[in-house]
Amino acid sequence: MGKIVEIEGVNKIYGTNHVVKDLNLSIEEGEFLTLLGSSGCGKTTTLRMIAGFEEPTTGTIMVEGERVEDKEPFERNVNTVFQSYALFPHKTIYDNIAYGLKMKKVPKAEIKKRVCEMMEMVQLSGFEKRYPAQMSGGQKQRVAIARALINRPRVLLLDEPLGALDLKLRKQMQLELKRLQKKLNITFIYVTHDQEEALTMSDRIAVMHDGIIDQLATPAEIYEHPATKFVATFIGETNIYDGCITKIDNGIATLTLENGAVSVKCPKDFSLLEYATISVRPEKMKFAMEPVEGFELTAQVKDYIYVGSVLKCIVSLPNGNELKIERLAGQELPEIGSRCFPYWEAGDAVLIHNESHYIFEELNNIRLA
Amino acid sequence: MKQKKTKHEFRSNTLPALITVGPVTLLMVLLIAVPLIYVAVMSFCSIDEFYNVTFQFTVQNYVRLANTDYLRIYAQSMGIALVTTLICILVGYPFSYIIARTKSRKKKILYMLVIIPFWTNSLIRIYGWRNLLGTSGWLNGLLMKLHLVSEPVDLLYKQGTTILGMVYCLIPFMILPLYTAIEKLDGSLLEASSDLGARPAATFFEVILPLTSGGIFSGSLMVFIPCLGYFFVSDILGGGNSDVIGNLIERQFQSGNNWPLGAALSIILIVVTLILVKIYQKLGGDMDALGV
Repeated sequence: MGKIVEIEGVNKIYGTNHVVKDLNLSIEEGEFLTLLGSSGCGKTTTLRMIAGFEEPTTGTIMVEGERVEDKEPFERNVNTVFQSYALFPHKTIYDNIAYGLKMKKVPKAEIKKRVCEMMEMVQLSGFEKRYPAQMSGGQKQRVAIARALINRPRVLLLDEPLGALDLKLRKQMQLELKRLQKKLNITFIYVTHDQEEALTMSDRIAVMHDGIIDQLATPAEIYEHPATKFVATFIGETNIYDGCITKIDNGIATLTLENGAVSVKCPKDFSLLEYATISVRPEKMKFAMEPVEGFELTAQVKDYIYVGSVLKCIVSLPNGNELKIERLAGQELPEIGSRCFPYWEAGDAVLIHNESHYIFEELNNIRLA
Repeated sequence: MKQKKTKHEFRSNTLPALITVGPVTLLMVLLIAVPLIYVAVMSFCSIDEFYNVTFQFTVQNYVRLANTDYLRIYAQSMGIALVTTLICILVGYPFSYIIARTKSRKKKILYMLVIIPFWTNSLIRIYGWRNLLGTSGWLNGLLMKLHLVSEPVDLLYKQGTTILGMVYCLIPFMILPLYTAIEKLDGSLLEASSDLGARPAATFFEVILPLTSGGIFSGSLMVFIPCLGYFFVSDILGGGNSDVIGNLIERQFQSGNNWPLGAALSIILIVVTLILVKIYQKLGGDMDALGV
């Protein structure tokens, strides 16, 4: 499998607004890649630059090994599924789907055959003569996908295509899209702000934050080994602790926090006296009635929230920070208000470089001098 | 029981309804319905030898209008209106497109350029054209100075001059509905069209034009109908072959002093207008877009 889209050193600046910062990204053929981030992180702009609706301020974009940044959208072999669907309201569903082929001057008989096939694939047969206004949100979504896919693009760009659908339909469409992508073996570049959607569908996720890709990895890697504090907090729920590595012993680091020291497995690229962050998922957090070796945290049980299969415990540290701990429902629990000792297995927590660690280094240097 | 309740509701609603809708209705009846009925009645009246209106029923006025001379002027008037409308579309569309699609502050300036002349009396503006185009006008002066012509060109008193004046007076009526229609156009549809491989020309004919045809449609009606009646334009700028229906009416009421005949002409103009509006509605035109 080769690289189908390569983005190199792309910047996009609107006036004084630096939306996309020095972006490098290469996308494999047949891959389902998600650009994930909150609104304003530059994910949609990136997609629009690949589609050709925006021109990068600097940098190059290659599709199928060919530079495209100066090409108009109609000259590019990529198609887009728009967030608002952008179906032509004055054309029937059939004419909407046939539009791309008509523009390419494909013979009428072939258009008919391919439109019928495509409508069957997205389960819309029988709706040929309807107008977009007569369709439900989910159906319009299918039309938008069919209209893009019928052109057999090498890359399909999807801009939050499921954003307007209700939760149940969204879940169903997620699976359907994934199935279509596998069946047709087309590269999907999918933009969403919904981390769950990204985890469910993607082969790889690029988590974007402030115009920069914070982490590009598989869903499991992103969830289990977030590279930055932003990724850790954006994907799923987590507990975050900022502290300083005060001891490294046998691959286990001791981090001194405001509320006491804790232990965590230490990768090789961390050093003593580094300012770092620990992320622990609620399902990996535990608490005991007695102090646990290597952990000096003391907390008070604040509340229990029942969410079906699990029970969420909220405990608060002396400085007021709240921790989320998940327990399987049905276990015996300490009373609300009682004291407990939060801990985790050293291997269950992730140690993350802190962006501001250099400040701490400076402070250390001063102290040592 | 049920009936009683309705009755009660009716009573309690009558007074507020009268207060709110009453004055408007009264005004409409007094200022529109009564004069219209007066004109309609007048069109069936006769005149005596001193051109006084006598209330004696006759259809003679209408019979007279079936004369080929009148029919020729109807046809000519329609022709002028049609050409005016077409020119308004051709000039107004690109202009409206540019104002509607411009994002910057220029948009407001361009929009004002259309609106401000609209606020000035059109009679004055038409006289302005006379000064511009006459044999001793500015345009001829300029052409003479540049030695492009040796003697002044007669630009006035031609059918073309009337059409120019009509286009000038009526083009805002074309631009405003077009502007509304084009501004409403969803930009993502244009992106989708381009994304699906359509070149700009194809996007225009496949997406932009069909989706703004409503604006063209209502603009055309707004230009075509007044064009039949704008007698002062052809009076001031036009020559012998640029009379519109409005000129005929004006002449009967003024110099001709034959009010019943003028009334019959007016009724015919109203009927023509109503037919055009009816066709517009039948073709799916939006009455709100006309501002009525």
